[in-house]
Amino acid sequence: MSSEGSYYVPEQSKLPLAAATGMGVMGYGAASWVIDGGTSTIFLIGSLIMAVVMYRWWSLVIEENTQGIVSDQLKHSYVLGMYWFIFSELMFFVCFFGSLFYVRVLVGPWLGGEAAIGLFDDTATDAAIANATHLWPGYDATWPPLVTPDQVATLAANPNATEFQFKGPEHAMSFPGWSFSQLLGWLPLWNTIVLLTSSGTVHIAHHALKEGNRKKFVTWLGLTVLLGVIFLFLQAEEYIHAYQELGLTLESGIYGTTFFLLTGFHGAHVTLGTIMLFIAFLRGAKGQFTDKDHFGFEMAAWYWHFVDVIWIGLFLIVYVLG
Amino acid sequence: MAHGPSQNFFSRWLFSTNHKDIGTLYLWFSFAMFLLGGFFAMVIRAELFQPGMQLIKPEFFVQMTTMHGLVMVFGAIMPAFVGLANWMIPMMIGAPDMALPRMNNLSFWILPFAFTMLTATLFMEGGGPNFGWTFYAPLSTTYAPDTVNYFIFGVHMMGASSIMGSINIIATVMNMRAPGMTYMKMPLFVWTWVITAFLLVAVMPVLAGAVTMMLMDINFGTSFFDAAGGGDPVLFQHVFWFFGHPEVYIIILPAFGVVSQIIPTFSRKPLFGYSSMVYATASIAFLSFIVWAHHMFTVGMPIAGELYFMYATMLIAVPTGVKVFNWITTMYKGALTFETPMLFSIAFVILFTFGGFTGMMLSIAAADTQYHDTYFVVAHFHYVMVAGAVFSGTAAVYYWLPKWCGRMYDETMGKVQFWIAFIAFNITFMPQHFLGLAGMPRRYSDYGLQFADWNMVSSIGAFLYGGAQLLFLYNVIRTIGWGKPIDDPQVWEGAVGLEWTVPTPAPFHTFSTPPVVK
Repeated sequence: MSSEGSYYVPEQSKLPLAAATGMGVMGYGAASWVIDGGTSTIFLIGSLIMAVVMYRWWSLVIEENTQGIVSDQLKHSYVLGMYWFIFSELMFFVCFFGSLFYVRVLVGPWLGGEAAIGLFDDTATDAAIANATHLWPGYDATWPPLVTPDQVATLAANPNATEFQFKGPEHAMSFPGWSFSQLLGWLPLWNTIVLLTSSGTVHIAHHALKEGNRKKFVTWLGLTVLLGVIFLFLQAEEYIHAYQELGLTLESGIYGTTFFLLTGFHGAHVTLGTIMLFIAFLRGAKGQFTDKDHFGFEMAAWYWHFVDVIWIGLFLIVYVLG
Repeated sequence: MAHGPSQNFFSRWLFSTNHKDIGTLYLWFSFAMFLLGGFFAMVIRAELFQPGMQLIKPEFFVQMTTMHGLVMVFGAIMPAFVGLANWMIPMMIGAPDMALPRMNNLSFWILPFAFTMLTATLFMEGGGPNFGWTFYAPLSTTYAPDTVNYFIFGVHMMGASSIMGSINIIATVMNMRAPGMTYMKMPLFVWTWVITAFLLVAVMPVLAGAVTMMLMDINFGTSFFDAAGGGDPVLFQHVFWFFGHPEVYIIILPAFGVVSQIIPTFSRKPLFGYSSMVYATASIAFLSFIVWAHHMFTVGMPIAGELYFMYATMLIAVPTGVKVFNWITTMYKGALTFETPMLFSIAFVILFTFGGFTGMMLSIAAADTQYHDTYFVVAHFHYVMVAGAVFSGTAAVYYWLPKWCGRMYDETMGKVQFWIAFIAFNITFMPQHFLGLAGMPRRYSDYGLQFADWNMVSSIGAFLYGGAQLLFLYNVIRTIGWGKPIDDPQVWEGAVGLEWTVPTPAPFHTFSTPPVVK
């Protein structure tokens, strides 16, 4: 730390360039992988570079903190960084929730020929009628959509058709009804209970840490990680169930599209959150956190609460109202 | 921290954690991209010099228009302002550096990788992106070349870079201000940038969402943008413009900030209506989130939607009018001198306002059905992008270059460059209004004979404008290498602010001990 200033400006570092290189290799690798005939090799090399760099980078930050060169002001910069990172994550989900709203509320009825489409009201009706009668004859929008417009149109032209560009799911993930036994067997409800509980346990862990009770902290944090893993396990079960028994896949039209993208990105964030909490768990077990200084853990906990809030939105909009 | 820059060239520029060095990297990178995007523009104008196909094939022409837009928006203009933010924000608020210096360098180094990948697609099988810079589905999904996947991941990388850069700026402004530097004392450039940073953090993830949906539709059988599966290509346009409209303010707000610094200096008067400038900037940022569908008037929207987006768009003229009024009033009865930065700033005020007026014309939904996708739109947004953002960026470089390198640029050459740029710009883009009103569609490689004259005029203007940029490059290099040394901290007689209290040239580290602002 410099004797002149109070804010720690780090020396030159090779890590940023290494991280950018890793990201570049990953990006190139991912693109060449998805193009027909591509392989995952380059992408995996990029991921490996990123993993090593991230490990080194965070180790360095932790080391700097242990040396005591991280002032309160710098810690506040980290706090602000995390706040606005979480906000950007929120906006990513807003994009997908907004898309779901748009296709559900507006696109479906329009494809079904509802009148309120087009520039002016009189031509709108013509456009809607043309849409309904020429493009997707017989399509009647419902949610969840178990048939796609393509399926309806193809069947209208050839009742014996079995090949479709997009085939709707056989069943949707919708709400089973209010009876106790039905609810008991409904996986999303269990997922909600698991995730809400984990938000509570991480909160208890936080309080334990503030009290300086490391054993209690590690126990409750470990429990949180376990609940995160259980959630991911249940989510995987649900996907297998959807693919194998409900005929619900990524390719089953807009329902499968929005269902898997929303829950999938949420699941990816739960995975990330679980890893963050697990690292906090390991660091906590080593005694790296004190009652006053435990930003690494707090950051993971905020992220976990954020993931939880997104799930509440998903549960209500995708499952209960789905 | 007390050290100077590393003596080793490579370690200084590759591993930097210094806001000034990283700012310099951003500025040079953006100028390189500006020349690349400019080269694409020259190819476009050369082909459009005469009707008929002379130089390139139509398939390549659309790759050129697409790449020109992408490179200029994401590679030239945005990084240029991030470079200025890096250089100036810590000096303006009395901070020792950016809040998160290592992440700062990461934000920069992502860009060369992303743009190398994007540009490389031009040489790949299937060619580069050919769906316009707005990459509407299904052109960018069902009908796109395979290389669209490189484009998608390139956009993801640029987005990550922008988000990290903005988080850094937000953290710096919220956390690193010198004692006494309250929010309402911050220079306007800092204000406009922090508001821009909020916009970026809010909409870059939405862009990431849009390209992710494309990726899924292209490779994994989803149907976001395919009506056959119950999706809608128009959904793409909504998602894209929810990002895209704030994006145009992301480009112009820092430009407002630059002009709000320069005009008071050369008018030798404080900025008129400082707080109204701050509120106007914030209002514009807020409005930018609720007007996106004015880009889609002809796509087929309920009449209520058309009306709402039309009136909401017109509202933007109110805070923008406040800003223009304040700039003019700052000059009113000032002791004006017309150095190069001031000339560019005055041209900015005039031409940006002109671009704003054509924007008002475009906001009228019924009239827009005529203007939509014509050269009128092209002329409109080049008035705000080039005469707005690029002119203000040029003004900023001339204004701060003496502070950065301790040498004065050649004033005569600067003025010559300004007049060539100003005249050539208008020769290029003024006729495009006429072409558009006469019905010439944008993005076409050929046109009817009735459009021939104005297209030739426009092309001549474009080559002249391109030439003016080489003069700019020469003047900057000459200044850095051989300019007349100066050591007056203030540089400009009327300049006010913390950045003018540090020595000239600005030392490697400034404000290691925070100054106290009274």
